[in-house]
Amino acid sequence: MAQKLPHKDAVIIGLGWTGSILAHELTDAGLDVVAIERGPWRDTGTDFSITYAQDELRYRIQHELFLRPAQISVTFRNNAQQTALPVRNWGAFMLGNGVGGAGVHWNAETWRFLPSDFVLRTHLTQRYGANFLPQDMTIQDWGVSYDELEPHYDAFEYLCGTSGQAGNIKGQIQPGGNPFEGPRSRPYPTPPLKQGYGHALFAEAARQLGYKPFPQPAGNLSQAYTNPLGVTLGQCTYCGFCEWFGCANYSKSSPQTTILPVLVRKSNFEARTECEVTRINLDNTGKRATGVSYVNASGEEFEQPADLVILCGFQLFNVQLLLLSGIGKPYDPNTGEGQIGRNFTHQTMSTALGFFDKDKFNFNPFVSAGAIGMCIDEFNGDNFDHGPLGFVGGGYLGQVQTNGRPMETTAVPPGTPAWGSKWKQALRDNYLSTINAGGGVHASFYSYRDVYMDLDPTYKDRFGRPLVRLTIDFHDNELKMSAWLTDKYAEIIQRMGAKQVVKHPRKGPYDVTQYQTSHLCGGAIMGENPGNSALNKYLQSWDVPNLFVQGATAFPQNAGYNPTGTVGALAYWSAAAIRSQYLKNPGPLVHA
Amino acid sequence: MRDRRPIAATLAAVTLCATMGSASAAGIDKQNFSQIEKGRYLATAADCAACHTLPGSGHQLAGGRPVETPFGMLIAPNITPDPQTGIGAWTDDEFVNALTKGTGRHGTRLYPAMPYTYYTKLTHDDALAIRAYLNSIPAVHNAVKSNQLPFPFKMRWTLALWDALFFKAQTFAADPHKSAEWNRGAYLAEGPAHCGMCHTPKNFLGADKTGQRLQGYNLQGWFAPNITNDTRRGLGSWSADDIVSYLKTGHNKITTTTGLMSETLNLSTSHMHDDDLRAIAIYLKDQPGQNDKPGAAPDQSVMKVGAQIYADECSGCHKADGSGIAALFPMLKNSPAVQQTDPTTLLRVVLRGAAAAGTDKAPTASSMPQFGWILTDDQVAAVVTYLRNAWGNSAPSVSAGDVHKARQAFVQRSD
Amino acid sequence: MVLLALSAGTARSAIVKGGLPWKPGAANPPTPVAPEGWRYFTAQEGALVEAFVDRLIPADDLSPGGKDCGCAVFIDRQLAGPHGRFEGYYMSGPFQKGTKQQGPQSAETPAQQYRKGLAAFETACRSKFSGKSFVQLGDQEKDETIKGLEDGTLKLDGVDAKEFFKLILKDTQNGFLADPIYGGNKNMASWQMIGFPGTHYDYREWIDRHNQRVTLPTVAIATHPNWAS
Repeated sequence: MAQKLPHKDAVIIGLGWTGSILAHELTDAGLDVVAIERGPWRDTGTDFSITYAQDELRYRIQHELFLRPAQISVTFRNNAQQTALPVRNWGAFMLGNGVGGAGVHWNAETWRFLPSDFVLRTHLTQRYGANFLPQDMTIQDWGVSYDELEPHYDAFEYLCGTSGQAGNIKGQIQPGGNPFEGPRSRPYPTPPLKQGYGHALFAEAARQLGYKPFPQPAGNLSQAYTNPLGVTLGQCTYCGFCEWFGCANYSKSSPQTTILPVLVRKSNFEARTECEVTRINLDNTGKRATGVSYVNASGEEFEQPADLVILCGFQLFNVQLLLLSGIGKPYDPNTGEGQIGRNFTHQTMSTALGFFDKDKFNFNPFVSAGAIGMCIDEFNGDNFDHGPLGFVGGGYLGQVQTNGRPMETTAVPPGTPAWGSKWKQALRDNYLSTINAGGGVHASFYSYRDVYMDLDPTYKDRFGRPLVRLTIDFHDNELKMSAWLTDKYAEIIQRMGAKQVVKHPRKGPYDVTQYQTSHLCGGAIMGENPGNSALNKYLQSWDVPNLFVQGATAFPQNAGYNPTGTVGALAYWSAAAIRSQYLKNPGPLVHA
Repeated sequence: MRDRRPIAATLAAVTLCATMGSASAAGIDKQNFSQIEKGRYLATAADCAACHTLPGSGHQLAGGRPVETPFGMLIAPNITPDPQTGIGAWTDDEFVNALTKGTGRHGTRLYPAMPYTYYTKLTHDDALAIRAYLNSIPAVHNAVKSNQLPFPFKMRWTLALWDALFFKAQTFAADPHKSAEWNRGAYLAEGPAHCGMCHTPKNFLGADKTGQRLQGYNLQGWFAPNITNDTRRGLGSWSADDIVSYLKTGHNKITTTTGLMSETLNLSTSHMHDDDLRAIAIYLKDQPGQNDKPGAAPDQSVMKVGAQIYADECSGCHKADGSGIAALFPMLKNSPAVQQTDPTTLLRVVLRGAAAAGTDKAPTASSMPQFGWILTDDQVAAVVTYLRNAWGNSAPSVSAGDVHKARQAFVQRSD
Repeated sequence: MVLLALSAGTARSAIVKGGLPWKPGAANPPTPVAPEGWRYFTAQEGALVEAFVDRLIPADDLSPGGKDCGCAVFIDRQLAGPHGRFEGYYMSGPFQKGTKQQGPQSAETPAQQYRKGLAAFETACRSKFSGKSFVQLGDQEKDETIKGLEDGTLKLDGVDAKEFFKLILKDTQNGFLADPIYGGNKNMASWQMIGFPGTHYDYREWIDRHNQRVTLPTVAIATHPNWAS
C-alpha cells in the first residue's frame, strides 16, 4: 500500500541535466520542488577521486558509473519480423544513472543545431522537392526555431562555461570558428581548448583541402570559470579519462559542477536518491497528472502528489514511462497512428583509421579531453548540395580522438595477427602513431515509419513492468550518406600524411552491440499540432497539460551534432515558458 | 510546554531593522526592537549557536550539544527563556555576570569552555542586548546536565583557583592611539568573536598563553592557524580585503574554509557586516608577526620523493606551481595554512579529505578526496614536507611517526 | 556543523537537502589483487590458462610473457568476482538465440563458459595429441592448437570454439593492458612497451608539445616506482 506524501508544487523525475536545470528554474520561481532520482548521489571527491578515477577497466570496460541492465533494460530488434530480445549488457548506447545523469560521464561536446535543422522538412522540400525524400522518411519541422532557442543555447553555454571559438556573431562570420553555425549573440564564455598534435595536423590538412576547420565546442574548460550562478569550475588537464568517467578536478561541465551546489542550498528543494518512479499518476479524466508513484531502495512504495510533473529522465525511459502511465496514444507503425514511440532515432557514426610512420609521427593520444578536436562542418545538415548525391543529411567530420587508454587503443593495420609476438610488435609500433577517432564522422539519423519504440510483450523489469522495445535499423539514406562522408573524412586523414588509411563506414544492420554514441532521440516528439507530435513547442504534453517532457525525447529527428547543447537549450526555453506563462495561468500554452 | 515567547519576539522576527542601535537605558525593554536586533547581531558575532544549538535538533540555543575540551566533555546548557531548564528565571544581573564574570546562579562557576574570559570585554549595554535577544527566542523545555567531565575536573570549586590565576573581569577599554575602526575590530575580536578561544595556544591548564596570542592552537583534531600578521604563518600575505572575503564568503583568492572554521563561517562571520569584518581584519593585521625567516632546509631526498607524489596526485588540482584555482582549490605556495608550526590540519586534510564551505556568495563547496588509502605514512610525510618547503615555503618537516600518530587520532573522529 | 539532513529512509535511499552530502574519509577505491593462488580456477585450469596466455602473449624482447605479466591471475580474479557472474546484466528469461546484432543471449556466465570451454579444449587437445595435455605441448604445437580454435577447425564438444577463443583472447589482452592493481600487466609491462605513461592526471605542460615523446615516469593507480626514495 503506497504511502501518500505531503504535496509538492512540482515533482521532477530524474536529476540529470534537464532535471537540475528545471529544478533550479522552478525553485527560483518560488515553487516547492522535489526531484526523484533512480540512482545514487554522486560527488566528485568521493566518486571521482583523482586517486582512482583513471581506471579504464572499472569505468570504461565494466561501466561502474552507468545504469545496470539488471536494474532496467530494453529489448531490441531490427524489424517487426524479428522477436525483440533483451539488451543484456549495454553496447550501442550507454545509459547513465545517478544524480548528474549523463552529465557525469559525457564527453562534453556542446554543439548547436543548424537553423535549417529545426525546419528540416520544409527546408529540404523547398530545396530538393518532396520526391527527393524517401517515402517512408518521417522527418518533421520542430515547431520552434533556432532564433527562438538562441538565447537559451547561450544560457546553457554560459552555465557550462563552454570553451569554443564563435563562428558567427550576429551574422558576422568570425575567423577560426564554424562559418556554418547559426548566428550567436556573443562569444563562448571561455576560449577553445588547446589541441594535440593529431588534432592540429587534421586541421592543417583540412585547410589545405579548402575546408574551414574550427575547434570543437567543449565542456572541458580551457580555463577556470565562474558561472552566472556563482559556481566555479576548474581547468581541464587533458587527462584522457573523460567520457565514461567522472571528472576528478571539476573541469567538466556537469550538474555537479554547475548547478547542484546552488540547488541543494535552497530551502524549497529536496532530492530523493535511489528512488525509482514507476508511474505518472493521472486523475480520472486522464488529462491531468496528480503526481508520481515511486519505490525506494527497500521496495517501499510512495505516492508523491504534485501540481506540476516534469519528466527529465533519459529518452528511453521517458518514453517507457509515458507508455506505462497511459499518457498519449502508443504509436502503431502499421496504421501510422499514435504519437508515443514514433520517430525514434540514433546517430550515424563512422570513422577512418590512419596509420602513420612511427618514426615521424607521435600523437600522444593519451594527452586529450572528451570534447577536444578540430572539426569541419562543410558536410553537415544541408550545408552542401545533396542534389547529385542521392541522400539527405550530413555530419561534422573531426579529428576528435579523446584518449589513448590501452584497452581501447589497440588498432593495428589490417592483416596483423590477432595474437602473438607480431601482434605485440604491431601494438607497440602503432600505439603512438595512429589516428583513431571513434567519433570522426558524426552524422544525422533521420526518422522513419518503421523505426520506433513500444512496449515489449515478453520481457519485464524488476517491478514486473514491460521493458520498452526498440525496433531500429539503418535505412539506405543513412548508409549512403555514411559511405560518402567517410570517404571525405578519409581524404583528410590521408592528407595528414598517413601511410595507410582504413575506412570504416557505417554498415547495416543496426547492431546493438557496437557503441554508436548514446544519442537516442524521439519517441515523444515536439511539433506544431497534436496530430503530428506528443509535445507542443514548449515541451508541454498535448494530452496532459501539467506534464512537461524534457530531453532528446522531443527531437523529431536527430541532426549531425551531439544533442546535449540542444537538450539544454530546450530545457531553458521550456522553463522560461513555464515561469512566464504556465505558472500565471496553468493550462495548455498552445491551442492548435 | 507553555509557549513563553513574548509578543515582542514574534514582531522582532519579522522586523527588517538591522540597526546597531544606540545604547538604551539600563534594563530590558521588551518593546525595544532595536535592542533585540542588536542583541541578535551580537549573539551571531559571539557564535552562541556553535555550542548552544544541537545541529539538526531544530531547537535554537536549547543546549544539548557536546563540547569537546582538553579535559573531557561538557554539554552546553539550554539558554532559551524556559524557566525550568533554560535561563528564563535568571535576573538580568545574573545573566550579565555569567557572560562577563563566569559566575552562574548561586555562585557556581562556569567552565572557561564558555568564553567568559572573552565575553568579559562586552559592555554592559551589549550584554543586556544579548539578554533581550535571548528572551525573545522560543522557550524550549530541555534539561541538560552540563558537567560530563571526569574527576577532578568535574569539581567546579577548582575553577575559583583557575579564575584567580588566569582571569580578570574587565570590560573593553579602547586604545586612544588607535583608530575607531581598529578599536571596533579589537572589541569584536577580543570580545564577542572570541577569536583567541581557538587561535591562541593554551597552557596545560587550558588558559591562554598570553605571550603567544593568536599564534595558533591545536583543538578537536585541527590546528586553528596563526592569525597574527606573520608573513609566513599568519595573515601577513593577505590584504584586509582577503580577510573580509574569507570571513564573509568562506573564500578568497588564496584559500577556503574547511572543518571547524566552516561552522564559524556559516553560523557567525558570514552574517556579520562588512565593516565589522574589515575592522577585525585591521586589528588582526596589526598583531605583529614572529619570525618569518626560512627554517632549516628539509632532507633533499624526502623533497624529491614528495615532488613526485605531488606531481602525480596533487598537481591536477593545485597546479605544478602550487597556485591552485581561486574559489576552488586553495593556493599552497606562500600559504599560511601549509606553513603552520603544527601540521595537524594539513595531515587531516590529506588523510581524510576536506570539503570547502559553501555560502550564497561562493556556493561551489568543492571537496578534496582522501589520500589516506593510497599513501603510506612515509609518503604522506614526504608530500607534506614537500608542500611545506616548496615554492618558497618553509616549515618544519613532518615524519612518518607524526603521520602515524595523526592517523590513529583521526580514526576516532566521526566529523 | 552539518547543515543538511541526510537521513536514510532505508539502507540506501537518501534525502538530500540543505547542502552537499560529504563525509570525511569517504572513498571507494579498487581492491588490489593479491597475486598468490587461484580464487576460481582449479590448479589444472590455472596451469592451462597460464600456458594459453603465454602463447597469446609470448615472452620476447618487447615484454614478458602473458603468464609472468599476470594475465591468468587477472582472468581468475575477474571470474571469481561480480564480472564472472554477469552481475549487473539483465538475466531474466526467456533466453532465446537471436541475431548477431542482438548480442549475446546466453544464460551462461563467463565463469561457466571458462569451466566448460577449458574442459572441452583440454579434451580436444588430448584427443589430437595422443593423450597429451595442452601444457605438455611444445610451443609450435600449442600455437597450432590455438590457431585451430581461432579459425574453428579445432572442434570443441558442446562449445563454440571461435567464440571461446574470442573470449579468452579479449580477457588476456585486457589483463595485459589493464591497471596492475587487477593482477595483470605486472610492473606496467604493456604500458612501458607501448609508451602509455599511465594514470597521470595533469598533462597541461604536454598538450602543446606536439610530436614530442612524453618523458614522465610510468605510473598506475597503486604503482609508483618514482615514489621510491
